[in-house]
Amino acid sequence: MSAVTLQDIVKRFGSFTAVHRTTLEIPEGAFVTLLGPSGCGKTTNLRMIAGLLDPSEGEILIGGKRVNDVPIHKRNLGLVFQNYALFPHKTVAENVAFGLKYRDVPKSEIPAKVQAALELVQLPNVGDRYPKELSGGQQQRIALARAIVIEPDVLLLDEPLSALDANLREDMRVELKRIQERIGVTTVFVTHDQSEALAMSDLIVVMSEGRVEQVGKPEEVYNTPASEFVANFLGASNITEAKCIEHGASVVVEDATFGRVTVPAAKAPNLTGQGPAKLVVRAEKLLLSKTQASEGVISVPATVETVDYQGQAVRYFVRAGEAQLQAINMIDERPFAAGDAVHLHLRPQDCAALPG
Amino acid sequence: MGWQAIRIWTVLVYGFMFLPVAVVVLLSFNANQFGSFPMTGMSLRWFEELWNNDAVMRAFRTSIVLGLMTAVISTTLGILASLALVRYKIPGRNTITTLLIAPILVPEVVLAVALLLFLNWLGLGKSFALLLAGHVIFTLPFVILVVQARLVSIKRDVEEAALSLGASPVQTFFSVTLPLMLPAVAAGALFAFTISFDDITGTLFWKPGGVETVPTQIFSMLRNSISPEINALGTVMIVMTVGLPLLGAAVARKLAMKSGA
Repeated sequence: MSAVTLQDIVKRFGSFTAVHRTTLEIPEGAFVTLLGPSGCGKTTNLRMIAGLLDPSEGEILIGGKRVNDVPIHKRNLGLVFQNYALFPHKTVAENVAFGLKYRDVPKSEIPAKVQAALELVQLPNVGDRYPKELSGGQQQRIALARAIVIEPDVLLLDEPLSALDANLREDMRVELKRIQERIGVTTVFVTHDQSEALAMSDLIVVMSEGRVEQVGKPEEVYNTPASEFVANFLGASNITEAKCIEHGASVVVEDATFGRVTVPAAKAPNLTGQGPAKLVVRAEKLLLSKTQASEGVISVPATVETVDYQGQAVRYFVRAGEAQLQAINMIDERPFAAGDAVHLHLRPQDCAALPG
Repeated sequence: MGWQAIRIWTVLVYGFMFLPVAVVVLLSFNANQFGSFPMTGMSLRWFEELWNNDAVMRAFRTSIVLGLMTAVISTTLGILASLALVRYKIPGRNTITTLLIAPILVPEVVLAVALLLFLNWLGLGKSFALLLAGHVIFTLPFVILVVQARLVSIKRDVEEAALSLGASPVQTFFSVTLPLMLPAVAAGALFAFTISFDDITGTLFWKPGGVETVPTQIFSMLRNSISPEINALGTVMIVMTVGLPLLGAAVARKLAMKSGA
């Protein structure tokens, strides 16, 4: 049974539709990420699950029960905000204990539960401090402790890492995932950061303009994008106009740059038959080389136009015939320079195809 | 040269503003029968006479009761109005805000007469309740301005967090919102009290016969003679209306520092 179900949900603000008819199942114990750019409706969905917004149409079920008419404070959810939202006038321990006061927890057990939660987030010694005495990362850990100490049915995380600086964000990412796995709580995580989504999720829901574009495991969403939007939003992709000329056990797509490409059928699930199509080539699957490729690998001559050096990797903008393509390669010795003539190597099985 | 002139000018302006006040305070300690210079000695005799003057003491009690009631009612209404205006999408929100703030902009005499006429139209006479209502109308804008400014700076997130943790909207208000806006509530209440305490224009129109507040008492005493008692009374007024807000501000700052907001 799924922990949370959105059934034919629509959310309108006046004449603006923030979420178009959406049905979504969030499995018990899973870490599900709603991913998309700002304004895609991911936060609206989260707030509807939380009970902070009422859906215009449709039903929300938590643990199989319809909760449309259940106010937020009776839904038993843990909510973590981007800006921590700790109570500034209460100590850390009082913050964490807050939710326990409204539950049937005997007073004598509260300190032990608070301490256990603080230990879980690895901040056991800050109980008597005030939130402003802690760093941003510490405050977010406390916010997490406050949300999980009440043993919520669902943990809702609204861009909890966005306010932290880059290094801290990656540490917290690992930490958050560890805690979630340990307590096994169903988690809905909202982010616009694709690397967070890919690293943490059991399931990613990619959203755009109020619609769900794709639902899948991180590697599915990454390797087999269901739409041009998904292909572009997760990592960098080259998408070229192509034509499907064979659609059967194997799918053959032809485009102006790479010629005939035999794409695995599993990577063209939405392509229904011959006709216009789009070829999706991930930037990191396009390898620059001085030499021709070996058998079974497509090889196309190209010229390096721009080099964007990034440390361990480098992003090239190359021109192959009419097309400008981007490629992200690990650096082996020295990167190519602008103006170099190279060969682009591409394995057909790394490509995906979309309907045109 | 230019700066020197500005400096002297500044001193003169401040002198013009505060010297009369200083003179009143100084003369209230004058031992002489006539409230004038040169002073013949220091004494608390005028304060003592004040203490023994029944009319003055009655006026004090009236003023304090009136001020406290005004503060309590204005602050309660002000908090509710601010919550409604800031936290809920009420149609005509801007109009309502303007109307609530309007009593500051309307000359007090006009407001006083209007309320009196309205009462007359209703067929009701002057009463303490009317006086209280007048003071509430007149102090409410100050409370709303202060509380609203504070409420805007309290993030909705914090309240939503409390709700998500199981606190009902009312529990959320008392455990999170109210403590966070306490400095503004205290400041608003103090404003209301001091404005009510030294209001004279409206009070003269609204007060029922036989009821005097401290300012109207001073006013009527001045009509007979300039007694040195008035100097003492003035000093007490200054202490209450200047000292109290200063004290309040200090307490508010302490509170704000503690809550880190």
